[in-house]
Amino acid sequence: MPVYFLRRVLAAIPVMLVVAVFVFLLLRLTPGDPAAVLAGDMATPEQLEKIRDSLGLNDPLYVQFFRWMGELLTGDFGTSLISNQPVIDLVADRMWPTIWIALITITLSVIVAVPMGVVAAWKHRSWIDHLVMTFSVLGFSIPVFVIGYLLIKLFALDLGLLPVQGYVAPSEDFPGFAARAVLPALTLASIYIALIARMTRASLLDVLGEDYVRTARAKGLTETRVLFRHALRNAAVPVMTVIGTGFALLISGVVVTESVYNIPGLGRLTVDSIFARDYPVIQALILLTSGIYVLVNLLIDLSYSFLDPRIRY
Amino acid sequence: MPVLDIRNLTVSIDAKDGASVVRDISITIEPGETVCLVGESGSGKSVSSLATMGLLPKGALKVTKGEILLDGEDMLTLSPAQLRDRRATRMSMIFQEPMTALNPVIKVGEQIAEVLEAHTKLSNAESHAKVMDILGQVGLPDIERIAKSYPHQLSGGQRQRIMIAMALILEPRLLIADEPTTALDVTTQLQILRLIKELQEKHGTAVLFITHDMGVVAEIADRVYVMNRGDMVESGKVMDILAAPKMDYTRRLLSSVPSLVPRPARPAASAKIALQVVELNKVYGGGGFLSKSAGTHAAKAVNFDLKAGRTLGIVGESGSGKSTVARCVMRLIDPSSGGIRVGGQEIADLTPRGLHPFRKRLQMVFQDPYRSLNPRLSIEESIIEGPMNYGMPRAEAVAKADELLELVGMPAGSAKRYPHMFSGGQRQRIAIARALAMEPELLVADEAVSALDVSVQAQVLDLLAEIQERTQIAILFITHDLRVAAQICDEVAVMKRGEVVEYGLTADVLGAPQHDYTKSLLAAAPGRDWDFPNFRPVAA
Repeated sequence: MPVYFLRRVLAAIPVMLVVAVFVFLLLRLTPGDPAAVLAGDMATPEQLEKIRDSLGLNDPLYVQFFRWMGELLTGDFGTSLISNQPVIDLVADRMWPTIWIALITITLSVIVAVPMGVVAAWKHRSWIDHLVMTFSVLGFSIPVFVIGYLLIKLFALDLGLLPVQGYVAPSEDFPGFAARAVLPALTLASIYIALIARMTRASLLDVLGEDYVRTARAKGLTETRVLFRHALRNAAVPVMTVIGTGFALLISGVVVTESVYNIPGLGRLTVDSIFARDYPVIQALILLTSGIYVLVNLLIDLSYSFLDPRIRY
Repeated sequence: MPVLDIRNLTVSIDAKDGASVVRDISITIEPGETVCLVGESGSGKSVSSLATMGLLPKGALKVTKGEILLDGEDMLTLSPAQLRDRRATRMSMIFQEPMTALNPVIKVGEQIAEVLEAHTKLSNAESHAKVMDILGQVGLPDIERIAKSYPHQLSGGQRQRIMIAMALILEPRLLIADEPTTALDVTTQLQILRLIKELQEKHGTAVLFITHDMGVVAEIADRVYVMNRGDMVESGKVMDILAAPKMDYTRRLLSSVPSLVPRPARPAASAKIALQVVELNKVYGGGGFLSKSAGTHAAKAVNFDLKAGRTLGIVGESGSGKSTVARCVMRLIDPSSGGIRVGGQEIADLTPRGLHPFRKRLQMVFQDPYRSLNPRLSIEESIIEGPMNYGMPRAEAVAKADELLELVGMPAGSAKRYPHMFSGGQRQRIAIARALAMEPELLVADEAVSALDVSVQAQVLDLLAEIQERTQIAILFITHDLRVAAQICDEVAVMKRGEVVEYGLTADVLGAPQHDYTKSLLAAAPGRDWDFPNFRPVAA
């Protein structure tokens, strides 16, 4: 296991390197100029040139790339071209709202979706199964922003139960944080609930047809015991996989959700930085998300060996 | 009073006017008796046993008539909770596949203890002691370690012992064993059969043993019930059924069982060597990045020749390397070292491109006809794909496919249909036709008849012999079944753990074995003392 862990961490280095090169080139090769954003509409070509020079944007691409890499290796993520703040501070400021929303979303999804899937599989082809499946199709096919606005209309505007948007840190005002986090989390969770419930159901249906489930029944065990002790754990590996890949979706979902609910998180920061062509910030954000993605996948892979003793690394 | 008394049981598909799959059968089993329920696939033998346990798949099958009396109590009138209560305490069941019948993610000791948890109020310590006791009784070594193992860490035989321990821990009156040794090697099978017998005598358990294997029947049964397509054909004492079957179906079933007495080798029709394998080695795994394992030596210095028009059998138990050799010969996997010569030419080290002209000359028929044909291609498409790859025009290939389908005895008009519309035996015929379409010099048959019922098996073996006579094709026949090998092979190589331990004419190897391993294989073959096709004991 430690060897495997080490091997996976080492394997992540080339992945991150490829991401770095890709992001770097992609940004430089897309049209748009941070100097133009900084200088405003009235700048003369000479002024623009000067700004570019001072930002190092006129150097050859490889020089820029290696300068960036060198800074990264010393732990320096660079400075925002627009706000002149260190990138690391910008990200640290904006990280917590996103982390909170993501954690609440994942927890909520698992708590709601897994029992939904279990019941649907257990009562296969009954009305409750159809209900779960209908919800799954809807949750999956309605775009995140539509669900967001529908929830705002219903709970914030019509019923007036919750604030429309905004964000308060949990350390400042926990009830306020909770009230504002419910709708964004619910919005984001809808798609995961659909996905995870569906996967749980399918996986469990497979397992319920297995010989060892018949053996468990032949032993005279109760249905609940057959379901929870024998079937569910065997069905867990594909469900974990979906939760893992769901993280990739979560990152894109966060961008939309934060915009809809006006939350100052990483998603908004990403969008704003892209519009401003703020290269260092975008680069850092993309590296961060891909780093998180690699890490989550590693954790998911490691979880398999806890769920299924046949999987050993 | 009989332990089990099934009266006029009818099981039907659970739908309006659903067809019946078991009709009006009656079975009785006395205390301590072993009753064999035999029949081919689709005979309804498993359905009858599942009905007894109340384990018929919900929404698919249901009992529509009859009674199932266990010690006089009708199982069909019990509530689900009452029925659960009877399972494992009064009646238990063990299944065919010990690989899949145990839960892969729970330690086997816990799986056995679960039976006690469900039905008794024993303390943890008492429960542990009882589990250890039964593990000892089923003859497992190092029981403390085994109890803490997961199923995948145990061998097939050990898993089946675990299943037996689980079934017998509460000393039920009735044990239903559904093909419990079919997936096991012969030597393991013999041990398991002995174990069941021993425990049965010790506890006085009545056993309902479901099997398709007449050898096993001859070995263990007191009485026999023969089923065919949902009907009870006949029943009686085992010697009466084996020596003087009354019904045609039973006679045919017994006549299809291949004899263990080897047939004499045919005179060699040609001296042409179709396949020569020289010092073939195959090592799996090992040597990877940061890997500690040394690799598995699946084939060690294997040598044999095969002449045109002859059949060479490779026999052995699972893990003996017989399939590895077949796959190396086909170059489906790359041999680690050694030579494979087809018609005198070396193919062991050819590149995929260099191998292309040889692929045509080697064809293979696989074990499972349900998975070896592409379900999305019609039979005709499957057959013509190969010849067309080698440049035959479509019209010609189609004509050839029709010819071949006729040769393998498929009904006219099969060509446009899809694999799922055919039975297992028919599919294996199609697979053979597909292989023959390439006009190969060598046919490799990897357990090609193992998944088939005996009567179908006999037909497919006849077909292979007939084709061989006509085309002078050489056949490399991989099998674990000594009966089949005795009847179809001219020569036999016996493999054990990657090595050929005995190689020679079938009549010599199986008729007068020299190596201890061959002797032990023959000794373990169930029903070796009975000559089934002639309804009498083997003449000494």
